[in-house]
Amino acid sequence: MSTGAPTASEVPAVAMKPAAGSDFALRLRANSEYVAIPAFALLMAALLFALFLLAIGKSPIDFVAYVWRGGFGTAFSFQNTLQRSSPLILTALAVAIPARIGLIMIGAEGALVLGGFAAAAIAVPMIGVAPPFLTLAIMVVAAIAVGGLWVGIAGYLRYARGVNETIASLLLTYIGIAIMNFFVEGVLRDASNPNKPSTKPLGDAYMVGKIPGTDVHWGFAVGVLLAIALYILMTRTTFGFAARVTGGNFRAALAQGLPVGKLIVSCAMIAGGCAGLAGFFEVAAIQGRANASLAAGYGFTGILVSFLARHNPLVIVPVAILFGGLVASGGLIQRRMDLPDATVLVLQGLIFVVLLTSETLYGRFAFFKPIKGRDRT
Amino acid sequence: MNDGLATVLIAMLGGAIRVSTPFMFVALGECLTEKSGRVNLGLEGTLVLGAMVAYAASYHTGSPWAGVFAAGVAGSALGAMHGSICKLPKVNDVAVGIAMMLFGTGVAFFFGKPYIQPTAPRLPSLPLGGWSDSSSLKSALDVNPLFFVGIVIAIVMAWALRNTRWGLVVRTVGDSAAAARAMGISVDLVRFLTTTVGGFLAGVGGAFLSLSYPGSWNQGLSSGQGLMAVALVIFARWNPMRCVIAALLFGGAGAIGPALQSVGITQGYYFFNAAPYILTLVIMIATSSAKRSARDMPGELSMAR
Repeated sequence: MSTGAPTASEVPAVAMKPAAGSDFALRLRANSEYVAIPAFALLMAALLFALFLLAIGKSPIDFVAYVWRGGFGTAFSFQNTLQRSSPLILTALAVAIPARIGLIMIGAEGALVLGGFAAAAIAVPMIGVAPPFLTLAIMVVAAIAVGGLWVGIAGYLRYARGVNETIASLLLTYIGIAIMNFFVEGVLRDASNPNKPSTKPLGDAYMVGKIPGTDVHWGFAVGVLLAIALYILMTRTTFGFAARVTGGNFRAALAQGLPVGKLIVSCAMIAGGCAGLAGFFEVAAIQGRANASLAAGYGFTGILVSFLARHNPLVIVPVAILFGGLVASGGLIQRRMDLPDATVLVLQGLIFVVLLTSETLYGRFAFFKPIKGRDRT
Repeated sequence: MNDGLATVLIAMLGGAIRVSTPFMFVALGECLTEKSGRVNLGLEGTLVLGAMVAYAASYHTGSPWAGVFAAGVAGSALGAMHGSICKLPKVNDVAVGIAMMLFGTGVAFFFGKPYIQPTAPRLPSLPLGGWSDSSSLKSALDVNPLFFVGIVIAIVMAWALRNTRWGLVVRTVGDSAAAARAMGISVDLVRFLTTTVGGFLAGVGGAFLSLSYPGSWNQGLSSGQGLMAVALVIFARWNPMRCVIAALLFGGAGAIGPALQSVGITQGYYFFNAAPYILTLVIMIATSSAKRSARDMPGELSMAR
């Protein structure tokens, strides 16, 4: 299986140059594997999805055209895409950070819902009493704290009791949604809104504004900054190093005397805080209140975004924008092509499955191993 | 008050039988898969797809049993997909399970949209409460035949795992792949087959959801039952008979909310709805340990770590 030929076409041109002595070029070539294989997987998934569309008698070309128009083509649609990529960046970070320490956490949806709900709930007595800025600041703290606590539980249970964190975090998601429904349909229900059980609306004065000159709320900027900050935290600090050592070899980390438990719980709490923050922006910048529409599936799309970005916080941003566009164009596709709203779900599932299948390709191509004897897997 | 308590208990008994059936099928399927050393977290997606396919097939053919069979076939297709992907080196079965969960749900919602409105023929149930005068007892004992089918499968599986050559092969593959290879067994093939059969059972569990209880198809039909059933297998310590008992326990927990509602207690409805999830979590905490892997766990399981 050691032929470089099949993938040569998708490798960036820089890496194609014969890199005789330059260490940088060699490293670039070796690392391009992590770009080429996911890109190849994305292409294969798109191909399979095109065949699927053809099989049910729809045009894949129309589909691409509508995704372009609904997600990227105009200034309006692109701003909408950025807006939708904001919760995706944050929920993907909520998957990526635990992944660095070796945990597969899929509880971002629950932390988003509970974080958003906590923000909306804590705002209820403050509206009209406290100034908007103070209220929003307290809402942010509440959302991060509750979200962090929620995923933190799964991290603690993993460390202290050996409970499988994947199942636990998803269970906590269902419990979180039930808790929100309990309050939203009960004591915190806004009686003046008979249509949909919701908390009291925040009101325009208490909403998060847009980034000046755009139609995109601040959540996007916060997401990008947080992605950069967490990238630095995970790659350039002692904490990040210790976390990666723990993820790479748990026993070695223990033997080294690293505070494994604290590291695991911290990573889980950072993850939950990110997702909780996503919930805050959904409430304070989009919905204006907490209700069942908070559970819109951003937490699940975030899992895919993080895996596609290979859990790299910086790569998460462009991938999240790509999927934000896909989510944003869902409505247009549904109306114009007469396809069910689950079409986007099918495509996402397909990409996810093909992507994970492509993991098997790593290390199989000699092209990506220009340095003899160095195994980069 | 005493009367109310009896009503609640009877409603819970009937609810436990009804609610437990899909848990039982998914848990049995997952139990078989995990016995061979592989985890399929995607059974939640299989359950939803099974429910949709069963409803559609029952609607088109007019026969609910054809629906059950079609659901099983759809479930085995997803299982076979999981099995063949995880066969490849370097692929993580837990992550593939998450992907299959999203994929199965997506496909089910995609093709299931036209079936939300129409009514499909449902599975008939056996009126075992005919001897009783109490109407609530009668309705509680209206048991679906699939419940008994599930129990029979559990008994057969428990016996076969212990006493047949096939059972030995599955257990060997699950406990030590190296030993199985030394015996000349194809580890990948065995795991592929157990995942496929596991998918079949989970699909049938989905058929119960859409064709018996709650008995209709919609997008909110399953909310985590498939996942809870996977957690339940750990609690049942990979024993098919204990899977049945655990499923009944979970069914009872899931029936608390509706049972209380039947006597007019609606307070805390959402908390009782969350009861099965909380129970699952509590059970997972109680049965796990950071120091040692769970008792009777197949040695090859990637969850063991």
